Amino acid sequence: MSGGGPFGRRFRGLLRKEFVQIVRDPSSIAIALVMPVVLLILIGYGISLDARDVRFGVVDENRTGESSGLYQSFASTPYFRPVRFVDSRHADAALMRGDIAGYAVLRGDFSRKVVDPLRAAEIGIFVNGVDSNNARIVQGYALGALANWAQGRLSERGQHARPAMVLEHRYWFNPELRSANFIVPGLIALVMTMIGALLTALVVAREWERGTMEALMVSPATMTEIMLGKLVAYFVLGMGGLAVSVGLGIFVFEVPFRGSFPVLIGISAVFLVVSLAIGLLISTVARNQFVAAQLAFLVTFMPALILSGLMFDIETMPAWVQAVTTVFAARYYVSSLQTLFLAGNVWPILLPNLAALLAFAAVFLTVAIMRTRRSLE
Amino acid sequence: MASPAPTVVLEGLTKRFGPVTALDGVTAEILPGQITGLVGPDGAGKTTLLRLIAGLLKPYAGSISVLGHDSVTDVGAYQRNIGYMPQRFGLYEDLTVGENLNLHADLHDLDEATRRARFADLLAFTGLARFEDRLAGQLSGGMKQKLGLACALLARPRLLLLDEPSAGVDPASRRELWRIVRTMAGEGVAVVWSTAYLDEAERCDSFLLFDGGRLLASGAPADFTDRLKDRTFLIDLPEGRRHEAQRTAAAHPGVADATIQGGSVRLVLKEGATLPDPKTLGGDGTVPRPVRPRFEDAFVSLLQAGTKPPAMDGARSGVGAPPDGAAIDAHELTRDFGAFRAVDHITFTVAPGEIFGLLGPNGAGKSTTFRMLCGLLEPSHGSARVAGVDLGRARATARERIGYMSQRFSLYGNLSVRDNLDFFSGVYGLAGARRRDRIAWTIDSFDLGAVVDAEAGGLPLGFKQRLALGCALLHEPRVLFLDEPTSGVDPLMRRAFWQRIGALADLGVTILVTSHFMDEAEYCDRLGIVYAGRMIATGRPDELKRRFASPAMPEPTLEDAFVALIESYHAETPAAAGPP
Repeated sequence: MSGGGPFGRRFRGLLRKEFVQIVRDPSSIAIALVMPVVLLILIGYGISLDARDVRFGVVDENRTGESSGLYQSFASTPYFRPVRFVDSRHADAALMRGDIAGYAVLRGDFSRKVVDPLRAAEIGIFVNGVDSNNARIVQGYALGALANWAQGRLSERGQHARPAMVLEHRYWFNPELRSANFIVPGLIALVMTMIGALLTALVVAREWERGTMEALMVSPATMTEIMLGKLVAYFVLGMGGLAVSVGLGIFVFEVPFRGSFPVLIGISAVFLVVSLAIGLLISTVARNQFVAAQLAFLVTFMPALILSGLMFDIETMPAWVQAVTTVFAARYYVSSLQTLFLAGNVWPILLPNLAALLAFAAVFLTVAIMRTRRSLE
Repeated sequence: MASPAPTVVLEGLTKRFGPVTALDGVTAEILPGQITGLVGPDGAGKTTLLRLIAGLLKPYAGSISVLGHDSVTDVGAYQRNIGYMPQRFGLYEDLTVGENLNLHADLHDLDEATRRARFADLLAFTGLARFEDRLAGQLSGGMKQKLGLACALLARPRLLLLDEPSAGVDPASRRELWRIVRTMAGEGVAVVWSTAYLDEAERCDSFLLFDGGRLLASGAPADFTDRLKDRTFLIDLPEGRRHEAQRTAAAHPGVADATIQGGSVRLVLKEGATLPDPKTLGGDGTVPRPVRPRFEDAFVSLLQAGTKPPAMDGARSGVGAPPDGAAIDAHELTRDFGAFRAVDHITFTVAPGEIFGLLGPNGAGKSTTFRMLCGLLEPSHGSARVAGVDLGRARATARERIGYMSQRFSLYGNLSVRDNLDFFSGVYGLAGARRRDRIAWTIDSFDLGAVVDAEAGGLPLGFKQRLALGCALLHEPRVLFLDEPTSGVDPLMRRAFWQRIGALADLGVTILVTSHFMDEAEYCDRLGIVYAGRMIATGRPDELKRRFASPAMPEPTLEDAFVALIESYHAETPAAAGPP
């Protein structure tokens, strides 16, 4: 018979069916095209690791020109909105309430010690350490403000005794430390994971639930054709989701893009294949939508969120957690995305990541194909 | 007579799922040009057998040969020659009728010309031509079934496998389906039709009767029922005595089976036994009428190993005195879901101690009516009183007087029987001595003593059903709601269940049943036929049947009556002529 080959009439029929279903089913469109927008806006705006206008207390027990000069140096940076206290107990209370992120304490003898060449003036800095990332940033900025003040004071007095060294900070690739620049590329990985694994696992599970899979399996269509139809359809949908996310990232969040688009598309395509293969693999185990969604979340979404370097820096994780992250494909993709967006086509980073992703794709596709049999057992 | 080569040959076929044996040493043949009924209750192994034949499962032992090819090694060779309709028809609900057909045509690699010709054929054949652009999900049950069948027939299969094609479909569509399938068989196709409706077995050319994975009987249905010739009788009874008479008859040593059929008791005698005196059963002196044995009679007498009738201790059940007036009074009940009117001005009353059945196909509005009467759903219009309480005003009070048993039993599968009873008695607000009494009563009168500590989920279906009924009765409700309580269970279990229900009704408990199962309807005192959201008839089963008796059809069945009612409904309301 004509058209019986892998890309003959059967396959085209299956593919057409998938696309009609995608178009008719609002939830597929929602997950592929609306969810990226919602995720990017919610997480992109909601989670900010930036230190800007941080409310920071200055406890001034000294109340002299020296101490108010120091207060001014906090007020003059864009990072702080200083609050003056006269009693460290009040500052403590404010810290407890979460009104301020930390405070500096200037003792009553501050101005005296500052001018005394024999004694060092002590400044206490207290920072709310509950969020350790944030605490480090606040502490860094506070030290910076103090250093500025000390520098300025010296030049004011005409004391040109040079300091032994001067620290010059430069944050490369993301000089303003905008968290959008860092998070948005990571979110794209999340979106691709959702479309690839979650959506695919769900739609296959739905076919099991509604008995349509059984009807397909009894027809002359081969399992490869059935699964390939799904892969191709959701691959197209996933690339659409990628376009939406990248467009949003660049035009709305104004994330720079320093790499090249062909490389982005290539690496994303490989990652999408990994996600789709995991989705298919899940669907061979989970034959109802509830279990499929649970598994997809547990196996793909949560690792992509937590263990990919999207939210938490992998370098700062304990060694064994770092080891765990290596078995999740998302980590290689997030690293590639961050590199492509913020640094450019840095091949020493991209090539190993691409190699890892290709290996994942090969392994998961093989296992998924081996596990999908034309059988109900 | 030279018989044609069988289409399917099963030899010593055994299938296991883990420790469970789903099919046990089945040897049988399925012939071309015949409709072979795969008959048996839920869990008998029907679906498993169909899947094995379709090559979706592998046998544990034994072999299957389809059109001369082995189902394990050579499934590809016969794939394109089988049409398979899984349960719930295997349709894509978000594709239109035409798109579903096109998909199946693509799967079978049909070219444009063939496709056009067959679509035209099948759409005319199934009456779906007008609905080609409608989404499959928006078709009625009967039309989905026909579309599923059309998809299975597209490639002109030589073997047609239908898994419970008639479950939940209205009787008119069911007959239509039989007509189509009969035509196919006439063209030489081997049709396998699985069903839990025993009356359907009689329409097949041959049957395979399964129970618990074993092939109990096979052959031509007439040969099977003929064994009971001259042993099947109907005894007419005066009003209000039928439950008691049925219990007495069932206990009689010469009786293999006694069931209620409308206003009569149907008796099947054991071999060589003589008919019990109708007077001892409370008959009014009319002579027992010999009747044609049914498939179910033969099945039951085959299964019958002297089941003991359940005891129901009336004195201790403590069911409250029946309230004055009607136990259920539904007045102009109406419910809209958006633009769709699911229930359209339904009015009926049920007297205390009466068993009332809401009979209708899936999607007719039975469940919606039911939910409104249980207080689970607010009517858009109209009112309902249950056990003397207006549901619109005092829903909580009404609920205390209502017991509810759903089709799926609503038990906690991982709790023990006693835990379930404890839990439900707590939910119903029972405490102290009353709680202990009621639980003890339930365990005792539903024969649950042996399994109190077993997990409810692992119990056999019959135990689950008793436990579910026991839970629904813990708080001594005056009105009991049953949602398709015995669809798909084996006939012995169904008898035991209805015997209990009859005893409860005699104690004054009012019972409302929904069903699409004609056999279940026969047990009811009165029926309301629900169709397309309306109550199109009410009456005793006998009255409804008698209404449609004619010289051509002297003893119409309930299904005949149902089909006639639907036809006259469409004739009277031209607006509703098309399926919803």
